[in-house]
Amino acid sequence: MKAFLKYREIWLFAAIVVLIGLISTRFPAFADPGNLRQVFNDTSILMILALGQMVVILTRSIDLSMASNLCFTGMVVAMLNAAHPAIPIPLLIVIALLVGLVLGAINGLLVWRLNIPSIVVTLGTLTIYRGATFVLSGGAWVNADKMSPDFIGFQRAAFLGIPVLSWIAILVIALFFVLMTRTALGRSIYAIGVNPTASVYAGIDVGRTKFIVFCISGMIGGLSGYLWISRYVIASVEVANGYELNIIAACVIGGISIAGGIGSVGGAVLGALFLGIISNALPVINISPFWQMAISGSAIILAVVLNARGERQQGRIILRKVEAVT
Amino acid sequence: MTDIPAPRHIPDRLDKPFRAAIFSWEALLVVVAVAIFAINSFASPYFLDPYSLSDLTFNFTEKGLIAFAMALLIISGEIDLSVAAIIALASTMMGMAVQAGAGTPVLVLIGIVVGLGCGAFNGLLVTRLGLPSIVVTIGTMSLFRGIAFIILGDQAYKGYPESFAFFGQGYVWWVVSFELVLFLIAAVVYWFLLHRTSFGRRVFAIGNNPVAAQFSGVRVGRTKFMLFCLTGLMSGIASVLITSRLGSTRPSIAQGYELEVITMVVLGGVSILGGAGSIVGVVLAALIMGLVTFGLGLLNVPGIVMSIFIGLLLIIVIALPIVWRRLRGNS
Repeated sequence: MKAFLKYREIWLFAAIVVLIGLISTRFPAFADPGNLRQVFNDTSILMILALGQMVVILTRSIDLSMASNLCFTGMVVAMLNAAHPAIPIPLLIVIALLVGLVLGAINGLLVWRLNIPSIVVTLGTLTIYRGATFVLSGGAWVNADKMSPDFIGFQRAAFLGIPVLSWIAILVIALFFVLMTRTALGRSIYAIGVNPTASVYAGIDVGRTKFIVFCISGMIGGLSGYLWISRYVIASVEVANGYELNIIAACVIGGISIAGGIGSVGGAVLGALFLGIISNALPVINISPFWQMAISGSAIILAVVLNARGERQQGRIILRKVEAVT
Repeated sequence: MTDIPAPRHIPDRLDKPFRAAIFSWEALLVVVAVAIFAINSFASPYFLDPYSLSDLTFNFTEKGLIAFAMALLIISGEIDLSVAAIIALASTMMGMAVQAGAGTPVLVLIGIVVGLGCGAFNGLLVTRLGLPSIVVTIGTMSLFRGIAFIILGDQAYKGYPESFAFFGQGYVWWVVSFELVLFLIAAVVYWFLLHRTSFGRRVFAIGNNPVAAQFSGVRVGRTKFMLFCLTGLMSGIASVLITSRLGSTRPSIAQGYELEVITMVVLGGVSILGGAGSIVGVVLAALIMGLVTFGLGLLNVPGIVMSIFIGLLLIIVIALPIVWRRLRGNS
C-alpha cells in the first residue's frame, strides 16, 4: 500500500476525483458518465500534445514551437481540403503527420547538429512557423463553409458510442505507453534525462535521440493541427496562439520534471485532464471563465511545489550532491 | 559520439585586445545593425527623418528596459517568463487606482511597487523553495495575468490623468523621448552594475558554477532573489510607460512580450545556459530588433511577417559563429 501511494499519478488521480466531487456538489450532472466522456473528448487534443511535449522534456529539452506547428499544419490541411475536397481524410492525416514531422525535424537538426539550446531554437521557430502560416494563407481564414463535410465530420463520427477524436487520443496514449515502457528508445529517453554523460558511456547517441524526440513532438503537433482545425472549424493565423504554455502546464501538473528524466504517460494524461476539467467546469458552476487563467496558474505553482517535495524525498542518491543552499 | 566534453584548451597568451574586439559578438551585432540601417535607408525614403527615427525608438525602449534585468537573471542561470504578465497586473492595479481618484505620483508608485512585489514573489518561490524558475514563472505568468482578467474581464480602464501621459508620450528635448532617455540611463546603470561592481562579478560566478560560488562565499539565494526583484521592478517601470503610452489598460496588454524580451537578450549574446553576456550586446540587440520591425513597418510588411525575420535573425546569429568555428576547425 505504501509503495502504491508513492506514485504521484495516484495522488493526481485522487485530486481529480476530489475535484469532480466538489464540482458535482454545485452541479450534480457533471459527474455523469456521459458528461465525463464529453470532458475527455474536449481534452483529447491537449492530452495528445502533452504526450508529445513530455518526450521532449524528459530529455532535458523543451519544444516551444508545438502550438505554431499546430497552427501551420492545420492551415496546410485546411487549404488542401478547401482546394481539393476529394482528398480522403486518412491521406490528409498522413499529410498532417508529415508536415509536422518536417517542422519538428528542423528543430531537431538545429539542436542535434549545431548544439543550440532547444529553448533558443524553438523560441525562434515559434515565431517563424506562425509567420509562415500568414505567408501561406495571405492572412485569409479558412471557414467552415469551405471545408468538406467529411473533413469536419470525421472526428465527430461515433464508433462504439465514443467519438473518433477520443479514439485517436486513446490510440496515441497506448502508443506512447508502449514507446516509453517497452522499447529501447523509451529507455534511452529516460536515461538521457537522468544523466546525459552516463548515457553517452552507455552507448546512447544523445544527439540523435534528441533529434528523434523533436521529430515525435513535431508529428504530434501536425496531427493536432488537423484535429484542432476540424474541431473548431476555423483555420487562421491566430489558432492556438500562446497554447504552447498550456501544453507545458499540463506536463508540469502531471509531475513531469522540467529537469528531465522524471515523468510518465499517465502523469501527462492526468495533467491535461486536470486542466480540461477545470475549463469545462467553470461555466457550469457559474464562475466567470476569466477565472480559469489564475486557477491554472495556481495549479501549476502548487503542482511544482508538491513535486519538488516528492523528488527530494527519493533516497536513491549514491554520491551525495552538495545542494546550493539558499 | 562527440558529446563527451573535451578538455578545455588553454592558450599560451590571450588574444590581443584589438583582435578580440574585432571578432567579438558585439562587433558582429554592430555589423548587422549597420547593414539593416543601410538597407532601411535605401528601401524607404521616409526612414532617414529625425521624427521617424524618434518613433523607431518606441519599438524597443520598453522591452529593452526589461531586457537589461532579464540579461542579469539569465546570466545567473535563471529565467523569468512572467514579465509580460507583471506588466498586465501592474497596469490593472494602476487602472483601479485611477478609478479611486489617484494622481500621477501615486500611479507611478503603484506600478513600480506591484512590479517589485511580483518579482519578489517569483524570487521567493525560486530561492526559498528551490523550484526551477522556468516552471515557477510559467505558473506565475498565468496567475498574474489571470488576476488581471478576473478584475477586468472584457472591460478596459481609461481616464488616466493628463500629466500621466508624459512618461510614454512626452519628449525631453526635440525628438528625444522620455522613454529613450530612461532606456539610455538604464543601459549605463546596468552596464556599471554588471561589469564594474562586485555584484556583477557574483552574477557571473553564480551562472558559471553555483556550487563553487556558494563555497566562495557568494550568497547565491539572496543574489538570485535580488535579480528577480530587479526584473519585477523593471517590468513595473515598463508597465508605467506602456500604460501611459496607450492611455488605457486591457488584461491582454503586452501579450507575448516575454518571448520578445528573451529573444532580445539571447540575440545580445547572453548565453541561455548562464555565465556569459554583456549589456552592450543587449543594447545592440534591442536596437537591431527596433530597426528590423520599424524598417519593415515602413515597407508595409505586416507584423506577423516581421516576426519571421526576428525568428530567423535569432537562429542565424546564434548558428553563424558555431558553423564558422566548425568550418575553421575542419580546414
